[in-house]
Amino acid sequence: MINFKRAIRDIHQNRMLNTITVVTISFAVLIVSSFMLFFANADDILNSWKKGIRIIAYLKPDIPDPEITEIQEKILEMYGVQKVNYISSSQALETLKEQMKRQASLLDNLDTNPLPDSYEILMKPTFRRWDKVEDLAKQITLLDAVGDVEYGQGWLSRFSNIFDLFRVLGYAMVGIFFMAAVFIVANTARLVLYARKDEVDIMRLVGATNSFIKAPFYIGGLLQGVAGGILGLTALFCFYVIIATNISQGFAVGLIQIKFLSIQASGVVLIGSTFAGWLGCYISLRQLLK
Amino acid sequence: MIESNAGDAIIRIFHVHKHYGAKKALIDITLDIPKNEFLFVTGQSGAGKSTLLKLLYLGEAASEGHVLLDGMNLSRIPNNRMPMVRRKIGVIFQDYKLIPTKTVFENVAIVLEAMGRKSRLIQKKVNNLLRTVGMEDRAQSYPPSLSGGEQQRIAVARAVAGDPKIILADEPTGSLDPESAEIIMDLLKGIHRRGATIIIATHDHEMIRKTGGKICKLDQGRLVDFKKADMIL
Repeated sequence: MINFKRAIRDIHQNRMLNTITVVTISFAVLIVSSFMLFFANADDILNSWKKGIRIIAYLKPDIPDPEITEIQEKILEMYGVQKVNYISSSQALETLKEQMKRQASLLDNLDTNPLPDSYEILMKPTFRRWDKVEDLAKQITLLDAVGDVEYGQGWLSRFSNIFDLFRVLGYAMVGIFFMAAVFIVANTARLVLYARKDEVDIMRLVGATNSFIKAPFYIGGLLQGVAGGILGLTALFCFYVIIATNISQGFAVGLIQIKFLSIQASGVVLIGSTFAGWLGCYISLRQLLK
Repeated sequence: MIESNAGDAIIRIFHVHKHYGAKKALIDITLDIPKNEFLFVTGQSGAGKSTLLKLLYLGEAASEGHVLLDGMNLSRIPNNRMPMVRRKIGVIFQDYKLIPTKTVFENVAIVLEAMGRKSRLIQKKVNNLLRTVGMEDRAQSYPPSLSGGEQQRIAVARAVAGDPKIILADEPTGSLDPESAEIIMDLLKGIHRRGATIIIATHDHEMIRKTGGKICKLDQGRLVDFKKADMIL
């Protein structure tokens, strides 16, 4: 308790330096958590898009019913396939008519149903990736009864790859800003230590142990980290509210629904900034108070 | 070898040398200082008075020889034990060495805080000490706002806060007017009466004459005399 009071007193005595440090940490936290917020939301959007990934296999005309069931079973046994729905040509025509609504009467004049029988193949969640879809599509094409295979959304896969690259950059940024926060706290502790060298010498003279001398610095570093973390997350929340309000009133109504960082993710950010505060102090004190 | 009754000695110094590069600050000092002694370390400027005190409060280590303080060999004390040794000693400096950013109360309390004493006890003891040195009404003042004499009274209060067995004072009245110097010496005499060993580095013969006790005279780093104060007068 005495050490905590000493730390608060020290922070009060070095208000300006501590304020600058907290604000700088909060900037680092804001940038890092902005990345986290972006990735969390982008992941959600990508996952919802990926759920729609499917392969349509069109059958050649006049395939007998037993063979249709056999092929369906074969496809279902293929690695990564979650579900296979058979859509007969007549079902497909009905669906098309429903989709065309008023223009459906155009289809009434057809003598024969031009649509082929088909399978709608849904993939397991872990296989909803471009390379896997492509592999599976190739396997399905090899089946004699299959005339054509359609698997669109290749753009999604390319986008996903770019996004993964971007994610790596994000991790690098998180690392850089974490190190920046550590460096800033270390520098503050160093400046305070230099400014209070005489005081530290006097404390040693009166029998203070190293841990007694260091304690307020560590507590100060932790408090700087916590304060910087809270400030950074608060700033992020303010930006989030502004952006979310604009989206809900703007062009993307219903298309994009952004959410804030989860409690766990916010906790990780806070623990990270607190750890950065502690680590910065540790580095400086190790160098200067041997 | 100059020594008093070795059995009662709280400080024993054996063939101690201290040099800074080629410069020899102390040469072959051997000395026993008994418990409850009031000792003046005298000599010209540069004789080695402050260096001798530094060895005692672990401000420096001896280049050669051994210093035993209350039975502990200071040259063999590991770093993590040094604070415990320093708590046996109260140190007073000519330039007071108070922390300017802390109040008078905090400057004295820091000794007890470092010893891990409880807040209530610290409050009570520091107030008593400040009353003893006549500074209770300045408890919330900061050292730069006090006179030299007042600052030195705070330094005395800080030095005795941990109830040390030994008080080391390096020219404690060197920068004070005679009236303030007398107050400080009276305080030190009071501490001595309560059983502490007092060692004062000074070249103020008038102060030695008024106080009495013993004298240890250094000359160019050598111990040249050790006798009762009245014997040099």
